[in-house]
Amino acid sequence: MHSVQVQDLTKTYKTKNGLVEAVAGVSFDVAQGEIVGFLGQNGAGKTTTLRMLTTLLKPTSGSARVAGHDLSTDAQGVRRKIGYVAQSGGTSPAASGRSELVLQGRLYQMNQADAVRRADQLIQEFDLEDLADRPTVTLSGGQRRRLDIALGLTHRPDVLFLDEPSAALDPQSRSLLWEHVRKVRENYGTTVFLSTHYLDEADALCDRVLIIDKGRVVAEDSPENLKAQLGYDIVTIELATDADRAEAVLAQHPAVQEVKAQAQGLRLTVEHNDRVLLQFLRTLDEAGIEPLSIQVERPTLDDVFLSITNRSINLPGQQPMNV
Amino acid sequence: MHTIRDAMIVFRDEVSASLRNRVGIAIGLVQPCVYLFLFGPLLTKALPSQGDNAWRMYIPGLLVQLALFTTAYAGFNLIPDMRSGYLERLRVTPASRLALLLGRVLRDLVLLTIQLLCILALGLAFGLRASLPGVLASAGYVLLLGISLASLSYMLALRLPLEYLFAPVLNGICLPLMLLSGILLPMTFAPGWLRGISDANPLRYAVDAMRDLFDGRFSTQPVAIGALVVMALAALSMRLSTRVFGQYNS
Repeated sequence: MHSVQVQDLTKTYKTKNGLVEAVAGVSFDVAQGEIVGFLGQNGAGKTTTLRMLTTLLKPTSGSARVAGHDLSTDAQGVRRKIGYVAQSGGTSPAASGRSELVLQGRLYQMNQADAVRRADQLIQEFDLEDLADRPTVTLSGGQRRRLDIALGLTHRPDVLFLDEPSAALDPQSRSLLWEHVRKVRENYGTTVFLSTHYLDEADALCDRVLIIDKGRVVAEDSPENLKAQLGYDIVTIELATDADRAEAVLAQHPAVQEVKAQAQGLRLTVEHNDRVLLQFLRTLDEAGIEPLSIQVERPTLDDVFLSITNRSINLPGQQPMNV
Repeated sequence: MHTIRDAMIVFRDEVSASLRNRVGIAIGLVQPCVYLFLFGPLLTKALPSQGDNAWRMYIPGLLVQLALFTTAYAGFNLIPDMRSGYLERLRVTPASRLALLLGRVLRDLVLLTIQLLCILALGLAFGLRASLPGVLASAGYVLLLGISLASLSYMLALRLPLEYLFAPVLNGICLPLMLLSGILLPMTFAPGWLRGISDANPLRYAVDAMRDLFDGRFSTQPVAIGALVVMALAALSMRLSTRVFGQYNS
């Protein structure tokens, strides 16, 4: 059973300089209860696709079924079944969180008493007890994000769309947010479709990742499989001396793809092989070189992303890439 | 039914948002009275031949001006809601598109009615004597104008590509509308060419009709034409504006 089925969806804008293809034909399915991430850089077409799937934007061509309703012929049916949290959120600055939750319930056809009860429930579920009666403008980014998601879940939607849910949040707020998103799926079987440009977010949260680049889906798999596809490890060797000699002897190893000297030693791109570290140590030992440390890293989604979108593979650092 | 229910929900939410803004309410109430205080006495002196009629001529114009300056600027309220994503959040719900507009317009009409009552009460204190049924009928004209101007204002706010264009564009439209409506002075004083241009201004027909109504003359041509104009304008504006609310930026 699929929650979201998308066929050749496109969106073309007219500008002064001709037509701009924001979404150039994307097709994908999302199963019920799945958490799927749309991964791509700014301007890749993530938000445009999300806005089409949430009835805010009319597709130029293509079709989609969302939560069992056809997007083009039954937008009202889609609206009843989905929740959407926009990148910028959607709370009125002067209103309290509680009044926003009640309003949301009322707009989804609940009566006043049910809407109030549902608001209380969500306030508890999202740890908003002390914040719910303050104007939303006084909440921190992470607190407001939790309120945004509570708003999106007011009517217990089948599918929840999150656009860049953790943009501009501190690490603690992000992991708290991820926790909430996981709980929503666990407790209610809600399908979650989110867009992100944080690779670690996709890695931590998603069952499946769709990589979108220039308006097209260029790869689609679980984070693990995507990383395995890449099939190489990064080995960093810290050396006090003899870096040149170490580079020369290790470059002859058949598994080594590339060796780069860096300030504290060497960085090697190596075909995935569990025995390679031992062999490296032995080689270095035979050459009379003693490394200070040796470390192996499995590829991250960063690497996958960059290799698929054909950008430079050797990226400095492992911080969440904010491209 | 669905639409009316949704509109009432949006209306109640908008009213409580307005009530949070007490300064805004106070200014909204004081402003029309300022016109009455600062301009009314001048006018009664400037048109001495009209005697106590001056109030009967001036107040209908003032009421139309009130509609213009209260409701035509309603779109300003929409801009922060567009920017914060609030409006978009409502547009993802199954709420009727017409209701999203109607709820706001209703809120604007409530404010307009309160202001209107203030002006009439003050006018009475200053010496306005007019036909009561005529005044009540005039209030109907003003409210219909309010519906038109508010919904057109929302449409403008939604349609303009840049929010900082809203104020200059609106002023550019409102100033000639006001000058050519006979609000301050009857257009009968105008030279032919100017009167010709003012024929295209719907506000003029409302003002002319309301002046007759204040005088207790109900079956005149201006009253009938004015009624047709304000009703047609309200229907047309609501229709256009609902369409834009349903599809903006799509």
